[in-house]
Amino acid sequence: MPVNVIITGRSRSFPKDVPPMPGSGTVLAGTAAADVISGAAKAGLDFVAVELNNECLGHHIGLDADPITARIVGFARFRLGTADPSNLIELVSMDWTDEDAVAAAKAAFEGGGFVVACCADRPGRIVNRLIRPYFNAVLRRLDDGLASAADMDKTLMLGLGYPEGPNALLARTGLADHHEVSAVLEGALGDNDFTPARRAQIAWQRASK
Amino acid sequence: MGAGIAIVAARAGFTVRVFDTSREALDRAHGQTGDFLEKSVARGKLSPIDRDATLARLIGSTRIADLADCEFVIEAIYENLTAKHDLLGQLDQVCPPETIFASNTSTISITEIAAGSGRADRFVGMHFCLPAQLMRLVEMSPGLNTSDETWRAAWAFCEALGQKPVATSDTPGFVLNYFLIPYHNDAIRLVEQGVASAADIDIAMKAAMGYSMGPFELLDLVGADTQKLLCDAMFGLTNEKRAACPPLIRRMIAAGHLGKKSGRGFHHYDDSKMFGA
Repeated sequence: MPVNVIITGRSRSFPKDVPPMPGSGTVLAGTAAADVISGAAKAGLDFVAVELNNECLGHHIGLDADPITARIVGFARFRLGTADPSNLIELVSMDWTDEDAVAAAKAAFEGGGFVVACCADRPGRIVNRLIRPYFNAVLRRLDDGLASAADMDKTLMLGLGYPEGPNALLARTGLADHHEVSAVLEGALGDNDFTPARRAQIAWQRASK
Repeated sequence: MGAGIAIVAARAGFTVRVFDTSREALDRAHGQTGDFLEKSVARGKLSPIDRDATLARLIGSTRIADLADCEFVIEAIYENLTAKHDLLGQLDQVCPPETIFASNTSTISITEIAAGSGRADRFVGMHFCLPAQLMRLVEMSPGLNTSDETWRAAWAFCEALGQKPVATSDTPGFVLNYFLIPYHNDAIRLVEQGVASAADIDIAMKAAMGYSMGPFELLDLVGADTQKLLCDAMFGLTNEKRAACPPLIRRMIAAGHLGKKSGRGFHHYDDSKMFGA
């Protein structure tokens, strides 16, 4: 039985086609996914996966344990700015989420050809928590004159085997988008390492004109 | 790390004297080197003749006096300025004046290390990347007193090794570790905070960013003990909070979970073979 996929508006995870996924569950994607959570949760399937953007799963289902929401997980297909979505699904659960529901959702996404990483319901999940401070540091050190953008990228690519340097990556996918995500995390975490760097602030201001 | 650098030099045709105070450590490194080169042969990247020649060019010693005929010395001991000064001071007594000294330090100021070498004008930073036997990048940094002649000679030597030098300024962590050490600490803090497991974080970063290794796979290569030294050096120089050593690293060191070399770090290992072998 394939997973039931409901697209409720523009989806960052699935801007085009959704691959078939095996299992008994519902994937709610798109900007209005949260509006249909409660109905989907009552259907009695193994899991309901609701697409997240920068918000936490708790924003949709609350922070208190509840048997109705115990089979609801959050997910986000990681996507950097305007780039195509990656193959990564970050699968979010609460500490009271039914383990079988997490396992079923993970199996469904993996069956659809995705790589799945599980995480707790925290701002930025895994990838944004790690790359946003790093991107901000790169942009600040570029301003400081540590090295040129090209030399910085070359060093990080040769030294760490990165497929693309951070400066080229941000230029390609959008500094303004980095600002948007980083500013949300700064607000949620109260950590100034997430304060968007000057170059990102300028890009965002210009994009907002 | 020293063993990897030695492979690079020997593979490039240089006779290499590998110095360690411990015979056991030398023997272990020699065995790992043999395994690595054997794998290179199996993969068709090295001929059996070149394997044998490379191994023959590696000469281990526990006597510092055996380095007296070296034209170039690369120091790759742990990140402690006093220990580096002590070693370099001994080398200065043994090696001829024209011998160039280089440090593989990744965080400590080249100028500060050079100041205790007895030959600050013939001293450069040459930071190889882990695993040195596979990675081409070398961050080259001059100290304030490095002579132009030394800089040119060291740069040419680096190219003769088959490496790709990149000039960096003598600032804490240069380029690579300035970004890598805090990134690794951020990843460790996610584990400390229960956001995700080390395995899931590795999966996520590789899939999302196309990285060949996750942060914990690389940390296990670096070693928890080395990460602490890197953090202490970086934080001491920059006071940037992301560089401060996470408590989990200190606990792992106390528990002996040092990484691949001890068989257990953030992941478990059933052997201590050199990376790539």
